Amino acid sequence: MSIEADAVRHLAEAQVSVELETEDMTLNIGPQHPSTHGVLRLVARVDGERAYDVKPVIGYMHRGYEKLSEVRTYPQITALINRIDWVSGYANEIPFVVAAEKLMEIEVPERAQYIRLILTEMARISSHLMFLAAYPLELGAGTPLFFALRERERVLDLIEGVTGGRFHPNFNRIGGVKPAAGSGSTSRKVAQDLPAGFLDGTRFAMDKVLSVCDDIENLVAGNEIILARTKGIGIIPKEIIAAYGVSGPTMRASGIPFDLRKVENYLPYDRFDFDVPVGETGDSWDRWWVRFEETRQAAMIVQQAIDGIPPSGPLQAKVPKVIKVPKGETYVRAENPKGEMGYYLISDGGQGPYRLKIRSSSFSNISILPWILEGALVPDIIAIMGSLDFVLGDVDR
Amino acid sequence: MDAVVEIFGNPWVSLAGKVLLVALIVPLSAMVLGFAEMKVSAKMQSRVGPYFAGGRWGWAQLIADGVKFFQKEDIVPDDADQPVFKAAPIIVLMGTVALLVVIPFGPGLIFQDLSVGIFYALAISSISTIGVLMAGWSSANKYSLMGGLRAAGQLIAYELPLVLAVVGSVIMAGTMSMGGIVQAQIDAGFPFVVVQFIGFGIFMVAALAELTRIPFDMPIAESELVMGYVTEYSGFRFLFFFLAEYANMFTMSAIAATLFLGGYWLPFVPESTLDYAGPFILIGKVLVLTFGMIWFRWTFPRFREDQLQTLAWKWLIPLALANIAVTAVLKVVL
Repeated sequence: MSIEADAVRHLAEAQVSVELETEDMTLNIGPQHPSTHGVLRLVARVDGERAYDVKPVIGYMHRGYEKLSEVRTYPQITALINRIDWVSGYANEIPFVVAAEKLMEIEVPERAQYIRLILTEMARISSHLMFLAAYPLELGAGTPLFFALRERERVLDLIEGVTGGRFHPNFNRIGGVKPAAGSGSTSRKVAQDLPAGFLDGTRFAMDKVLSVCDDIENLVAGNEIILARTKGIGIIPKEIIAAYGVSGPTMRASGIPFDLRKVENYLPYDRFDFDVPVGETGDSWDRWWVRFEETRQAAMIVQQAIDGIPPSGPLQAKVPKVIKVPKGETYVRAENPKGEMGYYLISDGGQGPYRLKIRSSSFSNISILPWILEGALVPDIIAIMGSLDFVLGDVDR
Repeated sequence: MDAVVEIFGNPWVSLAGKVLLVALIVPLSAMVLGFAEMKVSAKMQSRVGPYFAGGRWGWAQLIADGVKFFQKEDIVPDDADQPVFKAAPIIVLMGTVALLVVIPFGPGLIFQDLSVGIFYALAISSISTIGVLMAGWSSANKYSLMGGLRAAGQLIAYELPLVLAVVGSVIMAGTMSMGGIVQAQIDAGFPFVVVQFIGFGIFMVAALAELTRIPFDMPIAESELVMGYVTEYSGFRFLFFFLAEYANMFTMSAIAATLFLGGYWLPFVPESTLDYAGPFILIGKVLVLTFGMIWFRWTFPRFREDQLQTLAWKWLIPLALANIAVTAVLKVVL
């Protein structure tokens, strides 16, 4: 009985007492593990259920996009970079084309800007719905997954209808957007740019997204076990956010109301009315909640954009047949679903960049893992890792 | 007719028949409940679930799965402790089979009406813990080891509320025989859950933990420990764990139905028909309870190991003790 009681006490405190002779175990989590979102590998020293010295090992998915970009022309590069964070492929293209346009001093037509904005926000919705779906799954609840993915499919179908690709749209052109898939011509004179019924379909899909948000709120936010598993777990204090370069919803969950959509003018966000949800403590629950609220806000932005989009107009600015970016350098950053995404573009005046530095949000965001996972329980490792919402393509590039 | 009675009167023949029946109930109940889980979860998640196997509704899905498991290569890891690794699934399944022996399906329709039936059932259900621990230890896999240890800690913690929850019913019935407990409910005219609702609730929560089902599936915890103690198992050894899991759902629900819901008896059903209707009534109650378990599984996430222990030691056990005390006092007073 005393051994029994002892064992239970240890489990309850999740600590191994010093009198017992114990041995640490090195636990390899990944690269093949159900909860590492692909090929992240964590090497942890585990004492019972408590983990110390957690080291993330990355690079299993390195594809060398920065180097590849140097031997590609500008229109070819958008096909590469939407594979960085494939969950929100469309949003990756925006800062790059904006950077090139900035150096070329091109004014993008308003209608094209609206289409870009609508699709960016839809990419944000699909990325966040993926997170809202996958996170409860990591805590053991499988049903929210299907609720969220059902609506995400609607959004992806609409993106596919416009761009021709669900995940990899490759829709942006320097100076505007590509005329609609299936319109039969790449001529700028094509009248039908968005597929018929797109705006109505999007309005309907946004209503559905808002209603599934209510469902998810009931199922997840009203669930005592999820609250018990996430509240107070993996707190990132405000003070160390900057030290690790954490950005995006993960940063805002810690109480920093900084959103590049409000600060930069890469897309006409200043014309829309939306809130920036901010968390209080910076724990896993706040990170879930911030993304959840952002999904709602994004749906509302899309609704406003559909109402405000100019009914007709050019989709493309006047650009030369062969795109050459004048000599110079620039950095354009954007608020991507996972955080701040930036491209540092150096041009020597040729058809492709001289150097393209990609600042991806997931890479910076997971750099906090060793700090935040120190002394965490194994179940909390999964809960914390999931709440950072990273994509390995975005980490390794 | 006399010849038939005589053949079945032979103790060896009747024993063989009983063993065969028990051996049949395990895979049958596992298949029905496994299929129910697939279909019910599909309904809850706006899916269709199994559809093609067997031509209609995918009714043959689990048969096909079973055949598939038998065709798989039997993999035993090089570093595994071979005899222990091979024995573990058998021990887990054995506990389940042995449990079925004391469940009354009707008046006299019981494989062996032990006078300490419920005591035997609770004791034998702990055997599978040993099997789980053996599986976790012998697999030579760190995830398996953690899963096995979690299972051991969890099952020790939940054995207590399980036993204590039962005591209330036993006090009310005044017997430990499973048949006797049902008879006591028939005599009382109401199922014990009317009075023992606290005991029933604790029993069901503890049973979920014993079954290591969500929200208490930390020993498996596929998002953390890959597959917990079954990580290294494949083929028919994995099938054994699968059968044990679902057959255990059946037996645990049957025990709960017997102790608290009146077993094979239903109010307003004439006692003379119980010989034939009894098994159906019991299975109906079992299906209702297992539906609840499936519902839970697809609604809740899992607890953390320490939260589970807190729930057991700080809430369930004191509550169960209070329930016993109140029941005992009332039994004496009334």
